[in-house]
Amino acid sequence: MTASHKPERRDFLKTGAVVAGAAIAPGVLFYGIAQGRAPEEGASSLVRWGMLIDTGKCANGCTACVNACNTENGLSGKTGPQDSQWIRKLNIKHLQTGIEHNLPMLCQHCANPPCVDVCPTGASMKRADGIVLVDRHICIGCRYCMMACPYKARSFVHEPLADQNPDVPRGKGCVEACTFCVQRVDKDQQPACVEACNADGHQAMLFGDLRNPESAIAKAMLAYASVEVRGDLGLNTGVRYQGI
Amino acid sequence: MTDVTCFSADCNKSKLFWGLLALGGLVMLSTLSAYFYIEHHGHIVTGMNNQIVWGLPHVFAVFLIVAASGVLNVASIGSVFGKKIYKTRSPLSGLLALTILAGGLAVLVLDLGRSDRIIVAMTHYNFKSIFALNMIFYTGFFAIVGLYLLTLMDRKLKPWSHPVGFLAFLWRLALTTATGSIFGFLVARAGYNSALYAPMFIIYSFAYGLACFLVVQTAMYKWNNIQIDEYVLGRIKNLLAVFVAASLYFTAVLHLTNMYFAKQWDFERFILVEGDTYPMIFWLGQVIVGGIIPLLMIFSPGAAKSPARILIAALLVIVGGHAQMYVTIVGVQAFPLAIFPGYAETSSFFDGVVHPYSPSTLEVMLALGGMATTFLLTTVAVRILKFLPIDKLDQKH
Repeated sequence: MTASHKPERRDFLKTGAVVAGAAIAPGVLFYGIAQGRAPEEGASSLVRWGMLIDTGKCANGCTACVNACNTENGLSGKTGPQDSQWIRKLNIKHLQTGIEHNLPMLCQHCANPPCVDVCPTGASMKRADGIVLVDRHICIGCRYCMMACPYKARSFVHEPLADQNPDVPRGKGCVEACTFCVQRVDKDQQPACVEACNADGHQAMLFGDLRNPESAIAKAMLAYASVEVRGDLGLNTGVRYQGI
Repeated sequence: MTDVTCFSADCNKSKLFWGLLALGGLVMLSTLSAYFYIEHHGHIVTGMNNQIVWGLPHVFAVFLIVAASGVLNVASIGSVFGKKIYKTRSPLSGLLALTILAGGLAVLVLDLGRSDRIIVAMTHYNFKSIFALNMIFYTGFFAIVGLYLLTLMDRKLKPWSHPVGFLAFLWRLALTTATGSIFGFLVARAGYNSALYAPMFIIYSFAYGLACFLVVQTAMYKWNNIQIDEYVLGRIKNLLAVFVAASLYFTAVLHLTNMYFAKQWDFERFILVEGDTYPMIFWLGQVIVGGIIPLLMIFSPGAAKSPARILIAALLVIVGGHAQMYVTIVGVQAFPLAIFPGYAETSSFFDGVVHPYSPSTLEVMLALGGMATTFLLTTVAVRILKFLPIDKLDQKH
């Protein structure tokens, strides 16, 4: 009687183990995902993301950063007056000396961003880690931030969009700008423009944590003179340029 | 089918009323068609772009918003400063303040990229934003002026008209200060970034508001076959002259101040001399048509006896006001942003070049919706309630 029950007990234990395993497994799997920064955790103010651009290394005519940005963020790449451009190559020529510089111009991720100040709904906002973003859920498309930005870094979506990158939601009637590829930065990756510039061998763009004295960008900023664009405005930009 | 023949003046008025309503309705219909078309296709169908982000709709909308606060000035002179000829005009002044503001805000809302999110704009406030503060000022303006109208028109509440009128006066000053500051607080652009915008917009509002008031009053008098008293017209026209002259003065001070700063020379050369059509719109539209000609007409001999001449002067002030808004809003954006002062800039994003702008028909249709809204609301209100200013001889002094 007892012996005949043994296989049943074994079966029961087996089934129990499978059920318990099935119940625990997702938790174990999600544990791995949870090792990344949880959405509710928020960005940390112990970090300030920044970019140092060496205009001496930025090649004339090279648009690797622009192309990479367009691909990563699902932009059309068209350059009409109503098309979005999150990063553009700017050529500047000194009016008196005639000296020229090439540089990428993008959202400067200011510590005191005028776009955030003027936004009526708070859609333009700055994360704790210094990245300036637009909350697409509460942007009403008033374009006041575009009037306020000293760098002409923002674009308004003038037409319906299709085939978007799921990581980078965009929408007709909202304002948008460079996000420092926040979707990549949150996964400990570099912005697409920086990666492309390095891949092309120019090494003109350096991205990292300005608050970490051990980071390459912090060391470079100690070693070389760099400037803020429109530094007179006191915006404390996250993007700095050297060689101007 | 009955053929209605009019034998009485009332019947004729009724026909005219429905005719006016139909006219305003037609314009409104075109505005709504334009709005839905833009809403569906996006702003790509307008002339606005990433360089000229505010265009013709904003020119018309901001004009109306500024005029709305200014038109209340007539009531303020009556209630706050106790001038009797203005007291009889207070109800009409209050009504116009509400209907003109409604018109201006309607255009502003209809032009939003996401006008469907208007509820978001009313529930999410960034209190550092002067735009958000303006929304509070507009809402408060409706409430306070509505209450003020009630105190003027309800016999029991009449004693409250003075304190509520005073509150409305202070509120309207704050509102126009905030409207001017929308531009004054923009540090990035050469044409803005001046504290002068706040008082200048208040002065503009006095002129535009009084001009709008005169136009409506003249139309109402014509409709009711009333001849305006020469003394009354003389006083109001002189007040308009003071406001127009003060507007010219503030405009001159703004540009003279800019001309003193070497960094502003390029911008001043652009807006006053070389910049596309803007110098012409400034000198011909804002200064000559909107300022000098009205002043000459107002001070021409016998002007107080000629309501038609004053009406034309008021209409010219309104035309000049739109020219001023066009130069202030579009002209300043057209001037290239100096990202690297001292450098010539070129890029695929139109850096360093004057930005062209030609408004599309849809924008014109959208922009006219503000005037249509004001027109419709005013026409209905003056038909059903007593807003006609009647002067009594003993009230003159």
